[in-house]
Amino acid sequence: MILGIDVGGTHTDAALLEDFEVKKKVKVKTNQEDILSSLLEATSSIFASLDPKRLRRIVLSTTISTNAIVQNKIRRVGLIIARGPGIPPSLLPFPEDTYLLSAYMNHRGFEVVPLDEKEVEEAVSRFIEAGIEHLGVVGKFCTRNPAHELAIAKLIGGRFKHVSLGHKLSGRLNFRRRIATTYLNAAISSLYRRFALAVMNFVRDLGVSAPVYILKADGGTIGIEESIQFPCQTILSGPAASIMGVLALSRGNSDAIALDIGGTTTDIAVFADGVPLLEGFGVKIGGLKTLIRGLRTRSIGAGGDSRIKWQDGKIAIGPEREGDAAALGGPYPTPTDAMVWLGLIKIGDRDKAGAAIYTLAREAGLSVDEMARKMLDTTLEKICEAVKEFVNEINNEPVYTIHELLEGRKIRPTNLYLVGGPSEGLAEPLGKMLGCTPHLLPHAEVANAIGAALARTTTELTLLADTEKRTLTIAEEGETMYIPPRTKIDDIITLGKERLKERAKRMGAKEDELEIEVLEEQEFNMVRGFDTIGKNIRVKLQIKPGLIAGYNSEKGIR
Amino acid sequence: MRKTGLVFFPAFDWAIAPDHPEREERLLYTQDQVFEEGLLDFDNIVEFKPKIAKEEDVKRVHICVPDVSSVVTESHMISAGGAITAAEKVLSGEVDNAFALVRPPGHHAMRVVHGARGFCNINIEAIMIEYIRRHYGHKRIAIVDTDCHHGDGTQDIYWHDPDTLFISMHQDGRTLYPGSGFVDEFGGPNALGTTINIPLPPRTSDEGFLYVLDHVVLPILDEFQPDLIINSAGQDNHYTDPITNMRFSAHGYALLNDKLCPDIAVLEGGYSIEHALPYVNVGIILAMAGFDYSDIREPDYDPEALRQSAEITAYIETLAEAIYRKWQDRKNIKDVGRIVNGYIKRRKRIYYDTDGIVEFQEESVRVCDSCGGLVLIESRADTGYHIYAICVPGRSCAACRAEGEYIFESTPKFKYNYVYFQDREKDVFLVK
Repeated sequence: MILGIDVGGTHTDAALLEDFEVKKKVKVKTNQEDILSSLLEATSSIFASLDPKRLRRIVLSTTISTNAIVQNKIRRVGLIIARGPGIPPSLLPFPEDTYLLSAYMNHRGFEVVPLDEKEVEEAVSRFIEAGIEHLGVVGKFCTRNPAHELAIAKLIGGRFKHVSLGHKLSGRLNFRRRIATTYLNAAISSLYRRFALAVMNFVRDLGVSAPVYILKADGGTIGIEESIQFPCQTILSGPAASIMGVLALSRGNSDAIALDIGGTTTDIAVFADGVPLLEGFGVKIGGLKTLIRGLRTRSIGAGGDSRIKWQDGKIAIGPEREGDAAALGGPYPTPTDAMVWLGLIKIGDRDKAGAAIYTLAREAGLSVDEMARKMLDTTLEKICEAVKEFVNEINNEPVYTIHELLEGRKIRPTNLYLVGGPSEGLAEPLGKMLGCTPHLLPHAEVANAIGAALARTTTELTLLADTEKRTLTIAEEGETMYIPPRTKIDDIITLGKERLKERAKRMGAKEDELEIEVLEEQEFNMVRGFDTIGKNIRVKLQIKPGLIAGYNSEKGIR
Repeated sequence: MRKTGLVFFPAFDWAIAPDHPEREERLLYTQDQVFEEGLLDFDNIVEFKPKIAKEEDVKRVHICVPDVSSVVTESHMISAGGAITAAEKVLSGEVDNAFALVRPPGHHAMRVVHGARGFCNINIEAIMIEYIRRHYGHKRIAIVDTDCHHGDGTQDIYWHDPDTLFISMHQDGRTLYPGSGFVDEFGGPNALGTTINIPLPPRTSDEGFLYVLDHVVLPILDEFQPDLIINSAGQDNHYTDPITNMRFSAHGYALLNDKLCPDIAVLEGGYSIEHALPYVNVGIILAMAGFDYSDIREPDYDPEALRQSAEITAYIETLAEAIYRKWQDRKNIKDVGRIVNGYIKRRKRIYYDTDGIVEFQEESVRVCDSCGGLVLIESRADTGYHIYAICVPGRSCAACRAEGEYIFESTPKFKYNYVYFQDREKDVFLVK
């Protein structure tokens, strides 16, 4: 049996599954002040009639990290930065509490200026004096050679509560994002650690010995103990849970659109051959661009409860939500009211919906029917336009080879999956407008919990072999090793796969879910003068977001 | 701050040959540096995917022998398309300026193309410029070529065009490929002074480049009053470039770009792929976007060791003065060549070093006060091709046009493999 729990902003959902069949579903209001109590409330009825020994795994998606960042409940962080020449300090994030070192590496990972230990000591004493307990250490091109970051960590020793190292958090190049990512990781580390330990205690007290996982922004899971080192990866796990829920509840491996139509927003996700797409570099949170792997979503300020106004002879939807739909006692007309009036959904009080629509209709000189129609059409158009723009953007992503430019894979969605309250009334017309077959999903009210429950462990690895230097660096592992000069790309892929498996298992993956994908494999001859002096081999591997072994996409979830 | 468009296309799967300077690896470290600096995350730097140029875009500029598809590959069409994309973003007002960081380059490709020379098959700047004129109206355009090699292809294409100012600053042709680009190459009889060459001595450093920029390039641009400034941004003046002998730095390149303030920059050469290009390109992007580039510095940069000698400084000062005086005096130049039946003829022997082809060309221009003048070209290459081309310029006068049309009709086909008729104004290209 598997238990999935999604602690969302408004509701906490739990779903208990056995052999991919939903045995029990629970929905309670979330208490933002005390997430643990919501957890307890959601699971108590489940555990009342469940032998905890029968649980195979528990997966939790939580807003704790997201909220800490968005609501600025974060700790002060000292940053030690080895930046080298390039963009000026004024263009780096976080000028306060930042100490710039003179040491740096170049793009090939050669040390240009060695580390000055005195500078590190000065930074450390300055931060201690300022009462800073959390530290981030980031070097430009540290993913090409982590030696400076590792040496700095060693010098710092145990003098701080937490130290985050840039290279551990992502293998991708982007110094500014790496600084932001490392900063966030350090800033929420204490808060997250407390939370994780409390969850572990809670579960143990229930008598559960099954492994506990946390859902990450990329729709994959990580063992809760491992996650304590990488709290930043647990942000945005709610939207990720929803997308994984759609993946579990839909069937087939097509190009598809997933819409989560909520009260305030509509979240859009895109699947290619049934696999959710990831952000190119990383997700954005609290105005910061990061290197945190995350599912690619687009959110628009139009949901079922968005306020509708009549402005300059036109309908204006959202982005603000000012309460429930009028049909449910809210103050203003909303898309939900239009659907209620037109008989597309049956909730609340149709007369109240009509009265609210009438206020706009009078202003516009239309009948209530006409206005309701207009409100619905405008909502549909707004969602449709955003979906098309999003797909278009994905299909026009820059590529860097002639092959990709000419033969590049284009996303052509054929299916549309919808979850969220207002979907019922919008599915048919949206499907028609987007040229997709619409599907309303079963168990949609607990889709997030189901998504979390069934998500597999994901991780990635970035390898760079430089046969002139005779080194192989594995960025995320902070490892540099010797390789013989005749190393070939296939050797690197084979080795990378082994190391990725080890890493995934360390993160909590089971042997039967290690489906490896080669994201990038590039090999360049390095020529200097008239001689080929070596090869520059770049390999990126991942375990892509997906569902645990045993899930059958033909059968889906019952 | 300015909004800058970036068309980045490193063509990681294309090379002239595996160990050729123009190979897959060329922009690899540039990509690393651009990505690591996070330049694409700034709201005022936007990346665009290149479009693919069409045959008609090439035919507006070149006479490809025997035809376009025989002398270009997809890579050339993408790199020309990348330049066009950059231009479209600027002219549509989507961005303030744009940088086409694309390969392969194009500035050695002349009007007639029998093959590749100086790593170039088609002239990507010229294709972009004629595209601009076709779609956005006839503009006065200045091209400033800062590649270390003389931009002889661009010079050839615009030799007779009074509306296109071509300025090339490069290493003296007596010491470097292609061996041309001297001060007396000053434009055709109908376009005197719209070709300016600044041959700089080997070992010229930042000081010398910036001196000619301030004392020759900028004053001439000021007087020419172009609608658009294009920079052929070759990066091989760098002190680490393996095939040239100059001492320009990444910071110098950024400063030059900032002062020149081009609307569109297009990458040309530059083969110090590891020690120069990453820093030069980041510097140019920062400068174009209006960011602080004072921290751009190569790891081994040593301004003292790179300083140019006093002799070089003195030489450049004299050179700059002579060129500027020649420009100011351009309208008084009387001797433009021998006029026969209203035409002035020049003979050229063109060597295609990349493909090993030799071409003999006789080019006649109709002396004309009202337009750039009808151009007639007879070309014979050791590939066996013997062709004749009639080129009607953009904004042509009625007389040049009528004569061009008549000559195309009356030229007997049997004498040549092909007879081409290229009409830039009406965008017509005919072959018989």
